[in-house]
This record gives sequence, structure tokens and C-alpha cells, in this order.
Amino acid sequence: MQHHLVLNLVAKILIPFIILFALYVQFHGDYGPGGGFQAGVIFGAGFILYGIIFGKGPAVRVVPLPLVYCMTAVGVLLYTLVGVAGMLLGGEFLNYSVLLPDSVAGQHLGILLIELGVGITVASVMISLFFSYAQYTHPDEQQTDNQD
Amino acid sequence: MIVNIVVLAFLLTTAVYISRMTILFGAVMIYGIYSLLCATMFVVLDAVDVAFTEAAVGTGISTILMLSALSLTGSRIEIIHRRKPIMALCASLGLGAALLWGTSDMPQFADASAPANLHVAPYYLEESSEQIGIPNVVTSVLASYRGYDTLGEVVVIFTAGIGVISLLGRTTRRRED
Repeated sequence: MQHHLVLNLVAKILIPFIILFALYVQFHGDYGPGGGFQAGVIFGAGFILYGIIFGKGPAVRVVPLPLVYCMTAVGVLLYTLVGVAGMLLGGEFLNYSVLLPDSVAGQHLGILLIELGVGITVASVMISLFFSYAQYTHPDEQQTDNQD
Repeated sequence: MIVNIVVLAFLLTTAVYISRMTILFGAVMIYGIYSLLCATMFVVLDAVDVAFTEAAVGTGISTILMLSALSLTGSRIEIIHRRKPIMALCASLGLGAALLWGTSDMPQFADASAPANLHVAPYYLEESSEQIGIPNVVTSVLASYRGYDTLGEVVVIFTAGIGVISLLGRTTRRRED
């Protein structure tokens, strides 16, 4: 769809705002509706829109697939590590109060970090789901497809 | 009240319409509308966080993923005419009637003395601002009090992701040359 001028322009204008909105939803989840799940989905949608409009090739150059695959695990690991950090500092698993000397500040930090982990995993899973569908070719067609 | 009736009527209409469509492309688009109506319903019920999720996931990403799946499978289904399933109709009508009858025993919507609202919810609402200190109680329940559940959800998403990647991704595809 690279040749649709209107789609091209609208996508170029919208994508930065979509990603900015995703970051807002991510880090404003403590104060308003939103959080890691929604932010991850919106963030992923920004990249998926780029992939739909400009094609698979340029999109993969922006976000290399091996990196996306790694990020799916990084989010879960970040979440779990925050939990383990609570254990190491003398609390229970996923007890954020012990992360900082002030227990309320520790809760803030813990929630911020685990929401970030949720966001990273959700966004990268959504992106990799989309590209898995987009790049899949039927086994019968793979011979002709191998040349690229 | 009027909003409830209108949204529920639209929900019913779109649901019936989806089940009768033969072009899957259209069904996916109407499914997106169905999701958006669900999100509206959640806003009416004051569950903005859920509505936000429904709008982002159900309307946005699911529609895109369904469409990309359709681009692999094709957009038409074949209708197989079978004998009229009278038994199935009776069973579902009977079950629906039983469920409706059962709801008459349920507590009213937003009843403060309902068992679900007396268990841990008062504790969360009263202690959240002191213990967690963030205004959005939904986030503090989801991320802190119920951190285990959210970890489980993230692991579910992660597992689904690696499932699809290992089925459809082709980073390790063997080349015969």
C-alpha cells in the first residue's frame, strides 16, 4: 500500500501520536484509566499500522523481529525480577513495599516497573503476532518465495 | 436506562447479524462494532478501565489480527444446510430461560451489601490510598494487591505469543539449497 498518498500521509501524521498516547496511557495508569495492557496494545497498533501501510520490509527494518521476540520475554522477566527483588529485600514475592525505604514510594516504583513489564510483553507479542501472520507463506509457495 | 436498552438492542442485532453472515470479511468488521458496543456498555457500567481494554484489544488489535488471518485463509465459508436443529433450539431456549430465572435471585446492580462487595473490596477501597498512594484503585488492585494474577495474565500472553511465533514464524526455516 506504499502508493496510496492519503494513507501514507495520514499514517505518517498519526503514528507519532499513537505511540505518544501509548506512553501516556502506560505511565498515567496510576492516575487515570489505563495501564500496561492497554498501552502495550496501542503501542503495538502503531507499529502494525506502519507495517500495513509501508509494507513488511521497512517495518522489519524499524523493529527487527529477533529483537521483538526477545522483548516478549524481557517484559515477563522484568515483572518476575521485581517480584524476586521484593523477596531478596526481605518481603514476600511481589511485595513492593520493601523496594524503597518508604513503603508507599516502593509501591509506586513496583507498580511502575511491573506495568512497564506488562506493556513491553503485550506490545511485542502483538507486533510479533501480526508479523507472524504477515510473513507466513503456505509451504507450497515457499520455493518461489525463497529468492528474496 | 434508555442507553442500556439501545446498546443491548444493538448488541443483539449485531450478534445475530454476525451469525448469519457468509462473508467472513464483513463478519470481522461487524465483530469490531460488537466489541465497540461492549466497550460502550462498560462505560455505562462505570468500568472505564475495562472499557478501555475492550476498545483497544477487542476493536483494534483483534480486528487487525482476524483480518491478517483471513488474508491467509480466504474470506468465504461454505454453508452446509442441515436438518433444522429443533433439539438444539429447545436446549438453548431452556438454558436461557433458566439463566434469566436465576438472575432474579442475584443482588441488584451496584448493591453495596452484595456478597461480592463485602469480601475484600471495602479493605482495598479504604486502605489503598494509605498503602499504595495512587488515585486509580483499579491499578493498585491489579498491580499490587492482585500482582500474582496479573503476572499470570502476562505469562498467558507470552505463552500465546511464543506459540504463534513457533507455529507461523520462519526464522528457523530450513533451506534445501
